[in-house]
Amino acid sequence: MLNENFALVWLITRRELRDQFRDWRILFPMIVLTLFFPFLMNYTASQAVAFVGRYGANLIGERLVPFLLMVVGFFPITVSLVIALEAFVGEKERGTIEPLLSSPLKDWQLYLGKLLAGTSVPLLTAYFGISVYLIGLRIQNIPGLDAGLLVQTITLTSVQAVLMVSGAIVISTQATSVRAANLMSSFIVIPMALLIQGESVLMFWGNNQVLWTAVIGVTVMAALLVRVGVSHFQREALLGREIDVLNLRWIWRTFWRSLRGEAKTLGEWYRREVAGTLRKQAIPILITCLLGLAAILAGYFWLLANSSRLQLGHTPADFQKVMETTLSAPTGVQISFQYIWLHNLRAVALILLLGIFSFGVLGSVVFIGNIGLIGAVMGLIKLVGFSPELLALSGILPHGIFEIPAIILASAGVLHIGVILVTPLPDRTLGEVILGALADWAKIGFGLVLPLLTLAAAIEVWITPRLMLLALQGGG
Amino acid sequence: MIQTEDLSKQFGDFRAVDGVNLTVHPGQVLALLGQNGAGKTTTVRLLTAVLAPTRGRAQVAGYDICTQPDKVRSVVGVLTEQHGLYLRMTGEEYLDFFGQVYRLNGSSRPRRITELLEYFGLGNVGRQKIGEYSKGMRQKLALARALIHKPPVLLLDEPTSAMDPESARLVRNSIASLRSENRTILICTHNLVEAEMLADQIAIIYRGRILTSGSVEALKKRLLGPPEYEVRIRGEWPRGSFCLPQGVTLSGEWDSTRRFSIEDPDRSNPLLLQRLIGEKVQVVAMQEVPRSLEQVYLTAMAQVRQDA
Repeated sequence: MLNENFALVWLITRRELRDQFRDWRILFPMIVLTLFFPFLMNYTASQAVAFVGRYGANLIGERLVPFLLMVVGFFPITVSLVIALEAFVGEKERGTIEPLLSSPLKDWQLYLGKLLAGTSVPLLTAYFGISVYLIGLRIQNIPGLDAGLLVQTITLTSVQAVLMVSGAIVISTQATSVRAANLMSSFIVIPMALLIQGESVLMFWGNNQVLWTAVIGVTVMAALLVRVGVSHFQREALLGREIDVLNLRWIWRTFWRSLRGEAKTLGEWYRREVAGTLRKQAIPILITCLLGLAAILAGYFWLLANSSRLQLGHTPADFQKVMETTLSAPTGVQISFQYIWLHNLRAVALILLLGIFSFGVLGSVVFIGNIGLIGAVMGLIKLVGFSPELLALSGILPHGIFEIPAIILASAGVLHIGVILVTPLPDRTLGEVILGALADWAKIGFGLVLPLLTLAAAIEVWITPRLMLLALQGGG
Repeated sequence: MIQTEDLSKQFGDFRAVDGVNLTVHPGQVLALLGQNGAGKTTTVRLLTAVLAPTRGRAQVAGYDICTQPDKVRSVVGVLTEQHGLYLRMTGEEYLDFFGQVYRLNGSSRPRRITELLEYFGLGNVGRQKIGEYSKGMRQKLALARALIHKPPVLLLDEPTSAMDPESARLVRNSIASLRSENRTILICTHNLVEAEMLADQIAIIYRGRILTSGSVEALKKRLLGPPEYEVRIRGEWPRGSFCLPQGVTLSGEWDSTRRFSIEDPDRSNPLLLQRLIGEKVQVVAMQEVPRSLEQVYLTAMAQVRQDA
């Protein structure tokens, strides 16, 4: 039965591939990119290696070789993206999608078949390009590529292809025309170009371990995008949408309906909607709490473990001087309420923005970074001879009792958006799902996070410094 | 069999299909008539379980479109409004692809493909790219695709559009033959002559609602009134009015011809002739006034606009 199901997936893939290989408009750029472009890169590599070698900068030449390998793999993927972009919407425009949708093919079979076909061509062209480039290196006796780096670059190219194609297929299921899909492809190409730039830096830096982290990150994102695509693929939505109109009224109405819910009064809104959303987000909240705890401990112990390295160039007298300056500072003057409040809001906004584009992953990273600082500060306090427990009680707890839950709730809400995006909701379109998830975040954001942060900022400016001074003067 | 109950579909504020009730038995053809945008294609998409209804339910070949959509799709053959052909494939490859989609096994598939290509007169072009086919040939290939798995239920959207008269006749004959094989057929068409020729039942849809439905004869009677007969005689009609049988009324007169509206022709026509002969009238001809489905359709449309 499983074989039969996958046979249909393969059937769709085969048909798509056959169709693509019969189209000279697809074949021509593929051949050019896989044959001509790697030669150009070979030539560039040999010239660059020779040039920098003359000035003794052999290292740059060595690092350029794997970088160009990545470029050779990446370029054909970008061009082949067009195939994935029109996978569904192109068939819709040509009217060939309806017989498929009316057939007993299941949604996932259709989706995976298209995804495989969309991924195969970019990968094939990338691998061919890489092979030609490697052969060229061999012929020209250009060194600089060991087996480990080769495996890493090929893996990176493969996961990047899957990530880009997955994104393109999601766009193809949501777009109403090929034109719209092509315009929307900038949402894939631009972030990918930025990612490639980041990876290039890592390559020139020569830090392979960090590059493996990038591979893992891209793999996770690709897997999540595939999951989003399969979860929200709807036959009905493909045929139902006809025109490319940004319906702001509908967007606002849908968002507002989800935000307001059934509530008639503010009290009812808190009792029903906010409390209900909190219950829905119980697991993300628990996960975020655990992440926060781990981050505090990691920050604390990391600082203690690296204390000798951190103290390089600093004498204990330097630290003591910092403490004295802190203790002698007049309280509540330098840092205003607005400053702290806006700073915390910026942090929450950053968590939300990064989280939306990464299924909550980058939002959680920002949260971990922020909360990990608490642990690090406590470590630092211990390092200069004060009691970290005392600092926690006097300098963190008074406002932290409001601020930390607020940040936890905001981060958990973003994680929840990610979870919702990858969860199949057959009776709702992707647009409705996104708006509903944002409305859930807004319920917690406006209902709890904002008031908690306001309260925390007030305490942090007018109460915490006094308590901290008292404690440190007593404890010091 | 197709059975719908209050079948409705709403897109945002727009009601595409609104409370449609239809029953089509095996061996019957139902023609769904209506303007562009009346809801015909949406009804077909609902019946193929491509769209989910917002209200109501429907059963196709015994399967529920909401709870058993995969089953529904496997027993339905659909001819879509657009042909939906892959132009870079050959006719044989195309049918083979859909044969595999519908899980026809290895040995029966090539046989079925040859059979269909031959039936529709495409045997000699089966290995040509579909892009090289004429419009009519493409339509026939699309119909062949709909029939590849011998479905018990057929939903055909404009089955003879873009076809030359010979091909259109072939398709009409094939629909008639499929009906005789006890298949349930629903056709959406603007071709009223074709609908009258093929359909056992007609349903007129307007803005998503079924205005009226029934057999062609029943619809004519309902919307155009009782049938009319013209009687032509030699010489003059008797002066004054002679006694007409019950259920017969004079509806027009010119030269030597009179037109009568007759409620029950089987009973009243012999009586009318007897009376005319009794009056020494020499009847040259008596014939029914032809009334087309077009008149029925236009009357229905005029009525609904008047009501609105």
